[in-house]
Amino acid sequence: MGAAPASRDVTSYGMGLAAPLALFFLLFFVAPLLQLFWLSLHNDTAGLHWGLGQYLHFLTDPFSLSVLGSTLLLGAEVTAVCLVLGFPIAWLYQRVGPRLQTIIILIVLLPLLTSVVVRTFAWIVILGRQGIINATLQSLGIIDTPLKLLYTQFGVVIALAQVQMPLMTLPLITALGRIDPNLDDASCSLGAGSWRTFFRVVLPLSLPGVIAGCTLTYAAAITAFITQSLVGGGQMLFMPMYLYQQASTLQNWPFASAISIIFLLAVLAVVSVFTTLGRLSRGYGGA
Amino acid sequence: MAEAQGGRSLVVDAVTHRYPSGALAVENINLDIKGGEIIALLGPSGCGKTTLLRIIAGFIAQTQGRIIIGDDIVDTLPPNRRAVGIVFQNYALFPHLSISENVAYGLAARGIDKATRQRESQRLLELVQLPTMAERLPRQLSGGQQQRVALARALAIKPSILLLDEPFAALDKNLRLDMQIEVKRLQRVSGITTLIVTHDQEEALSMADRVAVLSQGKLEQFGTPSDVYDRPQTLFVNTFVGSSNRMPGVVVSADRTAAKIRLDAGAEIIARPAAGALTEGGRVTVCIRPEHLQFVGDETGFAGVVGMSLPLGATVVHEVTTADGSGVKISQARIGETRALDSGAAVRLAPLAPSLANAFPATL
Ligand SMILES: Nc1ncnc2c1ncn2[C@@H]1O[C@H](COP(=O)(O)OP(=O)(O)OP(=O)(O)O)[C@@H](O)[C@H]1O
Ligand SMILES: [Mg+2]
Repeated sequence: MGAAPASRDVTSYGMGLAAPLALFFLLFFVAPLLQLFWLSLHNDTAGLHWGLGQYLHFLTDPFSLSVLGSTLLLGAEVTAVCLVLGFPIAWLYQRVGPRLQTIIILIVLLPLLTSVVVRTFAWIVILGRQGIINATLQSLGIIDTPLKLLYTQFGVVIALAQVQMPLMTLPLITALGRIDPNLDDASCSLGAGSWRTFFRVVLPLSLPGVIAGCTLTYAAAITAFITQSLVGGGQMLFMPMYLYQQASTLQNWPFASAISIIFLLAVLAVVSVFTTLGRLSRGYGGA
Repeated sequence: MAEAQGGRSLVVDAVTHRYPSGALAVENINLDIKGGEIIALLGPSGCGKTTLLRIIAGFIAQTQGRIIIGDDIVDTLPPNRRAVGIVFQNYALFPHLSISENVAYGLAARGIDKATRQRESQRLLELVQLPTMAERLPRQLSGGQQQRVALARALAIKPSILLLDEPFAALDKNLRLDMQIEVKRLQRVSGITTLIVTHDQEEALSMADRVAVLSQGKLEQFGTPSDVYDRPQTLFVNTFVGSSNRMPGVVVSADRTAAKIRLDAGAEIIARPAAGALTEGGRVTVCIRPEHLQFVGDETGFAGVVGMSLPLGATVVHEVTTADGSGVKISQARIGETRALDSGAAVRLAPLAPSLANAFPATL
């Protein structure tokens, strides 16, 4: 075919263009990662004795395992909240006029336009003992003593969900926008009600977007150091903070490195579950 | 076939629709369709065909008027309760469901058990001659096959009315002919009242029992294909359906069945007042189809000069410029050695018969 040589040209061209980024990645991502891995294989902080001691320590220490578990759980909770709240927004977006669409997109993107630190402090103001929620509830006489919202799992999940919401909503909007609106009508004319249409047509066809959104939100939520530590406070410990303490405060670099590697593998495992699901649903996406 | 309720009548009663944006898409449409008829909705792009179809299906609530299916006024029923089958122009098959699941979709929505669904979808796939495709996904089918599946899916719910929106527009010519025959066959077998939207006049004339011609949201004419073709009621219908020469002229004398017209091209002819009585002295447009013109000798007819001759297979079309400078087309059957006409030859033309020239009051 005449097209074959042309397409080979195009790929070799593309490879050349990717070289600077590849080099950058090699220098500042792959190399430090290898160094990290090398560090984690030492049993003592001085780095004199080789061994898998750090990994053994982590995997046999109930405290470390519970930090890992609660971090992965936190990610799942944030992802679930984002999905449940983000889907209706994305769905609405496809069904309103262009002016409302602009407003919705603006609301969705707004969190991305302010710094994470600012947004997190806003949540502290909202959730605090004398914060907006408690003050309002108290002045309305609904509660006597302030509710504990800040420094709780609930607070962290809510704050993280707000911070990561765009990562869920944008892929969903794209996925829903790809669905032929005639499919809705076709389903309806075949006698299906709106719920059946949603579960049999809209949801399956938006699965690629759901999976992309979940992967992004999950990965972002479990690694969100600032929001986790500021809203979670001292009582709640998640992997990024645990890692930070080991490295910075305790200067236990080999253990911190092992934590990093284990955390990385755990995240990769979860993400690859998502992508496998995505590949399985590839048949759905269609054009 | 057990399409028990096939053949319900459909009445479109004084339906007007204005979109929220203000566009008046259809205006005072009246159609009285008998059970089991095939009707073609014919009109140029943007004339409101899809809008009317969507009103009948229930996707759009019309601004005014009523839709009556059988004995029921269905205006308050949502689309999923109207039992109207619809085939979309782009087929709108569910891309994530197999062919048999697509066909069975409507049955599942009706809570019919799995075994029956499978049997029924297999029966329908055999009906549309795709029995071996059941497990494939829609994108693994060709356009024509997808079309058949869309048809089978719509028929599966045993609709009382079947709506087809430009069903053959995306198909190439041969396949289109096959599918037209196929749809007509299926319609005859099932007896389902069918409405086909098209802007292809040949399709409308060949498939439909009656043709509704729309223009700019208004119904121009609703009649049998021969009515619409041979006895057009408006200038629009005359020129939109089939091709037609438009020749301006003045009414010399007129009664209800015939009018003597002096053409600007320079001859007096007898024409049929197609849109009601004509007033003497009024300006008219006379429509004569190319195949209804003949070359004449001597002093009858109007004079012209041959421009170009186009041999189009079975016919030859000559372009003739008349005395007033307008162009007229005349087509002749190619019988044996057709007389070759040189460019620049002087000829005289006349209609084959008075009833084949239609006179319409000229619009300003
Ligand atoms: N959703 C809408 N909002 C506003 N105006 C619309 C809308 N849909 C259609 N129209 C207008 O209504 C008129 C009729 O449109 P419709 O789609 O019914 O035409 P059609 O006959 O099906 O044309 P085509 O042959 O191109 O499909 C057009 O002038 C169109 O611009
Ligand atoms: Mg249309």
